[in-house]
Amino acid sequence: MTTQNIVEEQKRQLHGIRIRDLLTTLTAATSAVAATGFLFSIAPLNGVLTFVLIAYVLFIVFFALITAIDDDREGVKDRVASVIIRSAAVIIFSALVFIVVFTISRGFEALPYLNFFTQDMSLAGPLDPLSSGGILHSILGSLIQIAIALAITIPLGLITAVFLNEIPGKYSRFVRTMVEAMTALPSIVAGLFIYATAILLLGVQKSGFAAALAISVMMLPIMIRASDVVLRIVPGTLKEASLGLGAGAWRTAWMVTLPTARSGLTTAIILATARGIGETSPVLLTSGFTASLNLNPTEGPMVSLPLAIFQFVKSPEPTMIARGFGTAAVLMFLVLILFMLARILGSDKNVFGNLVKNIRKLTKKKVA
Amino acid sequence: MATKTQQSLSKDALAMAADTQKPRQLKYVWDFQDRIFRGVMRSAGSSVLVIMGLVGLFLTLRASEALGSVGFSFFTTQAWEPDSGNFGIAAVIAGTVIIAIIAIVVAVPFSLGTALYISEYAPRRIKRLLITMVDLMAAIPSVVFGLWGFFFLQNEVTPVAKWLSQNFGWIPFLSVQGSDPSDPLTSNTVFTSSSLIAGIVVGLMITPIVTSVMREVFSQAPIGEREAALGLGSTRWGMVRNVVLSFGKGGIIGATMLGLGRALGETIAVYMIISPVFVVQPRILENGANSVSSLIALRYGEATQMGMSALMAAGLALFIMTLIVNFAASSIVARSRSGASS
Repeated sequence: MTTQNIVEEQKRQLHGIRIRDLLTTLTAATSAVAATGFLFSIAPLNGVLTFVLIAYVLFIVFFALITAIDDDREGVKDRVASVIIRSAAVIIFSALVFIVVFTISRGFEALPYLNFFTQDMSLAGPLDPLSSGGILHSILGSLIQIAIALAITIPLGLITAVFLNEIPGKYSRFVRTMVEAMTALPSIVAGLFIYATAILLLGVQKSGFAAALAISVMMLPIMIRASDVVLRIVPGTLKEASLGLGAGAWRTAWMVTLPTARSGLTTAIILATARGIGETSPVLLTSGFTASLNLNPTEGPMVSLPLAIFQFVKSPEPTMIARGFGTAAVLMFLVLILFMLARILGSDKNVFGNLVKNIRKLTKKKVA
Repeated sequence: MATKTQQSLSKDALAMAADTQKPRQLKYVWDFQDRIFRGVMRSAGSSVLVIMGLVGLFLTLRASEALGSVGFSFFTTQAWEPDSGNFGIAAVIAGTVIIAIIAIVVAVPFSLGTALYISEYAPRRIKRLLITMVDLMAAIPSVVFGLWGFFFLQNEVTPVAKWLSQNFGWIPFLSVQGSDPSDPLTSNTVFTSSSLIAGIVVGLMITPIVTSVMREVFSQAPIGEREAALGLGSTRWGMVRNVVLSFGKGGIIGATMLGLGRALGETIAVYMIISPVFVVQPRILENGANSVSSLIALRYGEATQMGMSALMAAGLALFIMTLIVNFAASSIVARSRSGASS
């Protein structure tokens, strides 16, 4: 009788973080920082970024060496790749958070002043303290321009997206390709285009309206692409049911396709708005610049938030730069709010969540 | 459909049967409402074509005056003095390409890492959040990136640029004129407003779009092949390299070119950082750079009729360049195994 030793094979762990990895990472990181500190003390090196770069390279080397103690070649490669990929993600996401936080925190110098939101810059010179002058003109200017742009792009963009989905064929494929090309249209070229047509040819003056046209050129392809994606996932059976019951193409689109995709389309519109509101270069060429409040989009220059930032920070005066950062913080808040709105409207009640609700609504109407 | 009964039928009957089995002609009469609707849809769809066509047409029309007056030397002249008839885009195109290349070198590795992290490594709980954050990053206005680049990044990059030029100055594009490598007290100003800093900022700006295209492609890697690789005992990296990356090769190239197209057109952030020079300036660490779009932003205000025409010509060159890059990108993505997904 021999007792067989059954060696239990260990399951390879593919997810989660092992204690050993954590310790290895910590050890490698500590020794990398220590070694870099030593290098800095013996070699003429300076700068935070230099330190971080050298420490990171050493960290990867140490990490590979420690892993190599008890792992084979493939294992070492796997661990090192995982560390590099994770750190790339960490760097990018912390850069994002840092850019937002940096802008908002430097903006706090100007934000506590109430007049920053209630006055324009017509009476405040570059040397005036932050307690006079504000950005009311650019906040309202941005809102007016984006409203006009939305009035143009929502109908045009949504109908085009419906077209791409409802009339498939060679032509709509070509249109889709052109939409993709248009997304990459350099924003300054959009500005030049409106300048060449609306201002030079049609004689529109540099105004909020011309700026809104330039913003529309930038927003349109974003809106079409985003709503195209949403409309594509509306179930075909729904449309077929509607057509089968004798509804025409128009009623199907209006009563079935669009309501089903409502939340997704809202998200698409808001995302395009967030992009449009931050465009500087098309506005730079088309809106003109003014320091005073102008609520008439058809006459006289009208300033928007990004353009105001751009003009503020051109000045060497610290108060103007502080105003620039304050304006940037306001703009970032606007973009963030739009984004959260988009997520709230688009996440929970997604396309298929809405579906059930819409079917219920439709049946209720029929019964009543 | 050949059954025994059909085979036993006479030839005539067969012919008749074949006749009746032809697909029925479905003649659909669109009613009035739908005809209007289809017309509206088609014309809305055409609006995009019209706009793109008009952009090309009007830029060409406006540019023709300038292009006609200097001819081919428009592509070889470095100076920009439209009113004395001495202007060309050699310097600005070179500057644009240099900044875009730096941006790509910065953006692609980080995007690749971030996209792989989101699609392969991130815990399921935070995946949605990360995707949203990438979208949000794409919506940060370029003027905000410009602010950050000018007021923060510049101070951080300058010492690194100095160190690079002192130790690797023998590589031509890392050398810096006007700075003595052996003098540790060299002024830092020669390292500011360089192509490198502008390139890094633009690189960060295009990272989100590149990341989201790559992630989209990676997430479509066939689950069967992933499982097969893991089942054969591959490590996670082995699986990623042999399944995900080889599947998404076309997507990676396409996303890179898409990012390149964006980088070529970036205006405000570049304008805020660089100090414009009108010579081909390949020393990326040194003060002075230029790009087509920042040239337009810089000069449109003071431009005479000829100057405006020259700027339109520069804009046209940029437009054509981004179009070519973009079409190449989408055709690469569409032809790759991962297909047109973006």
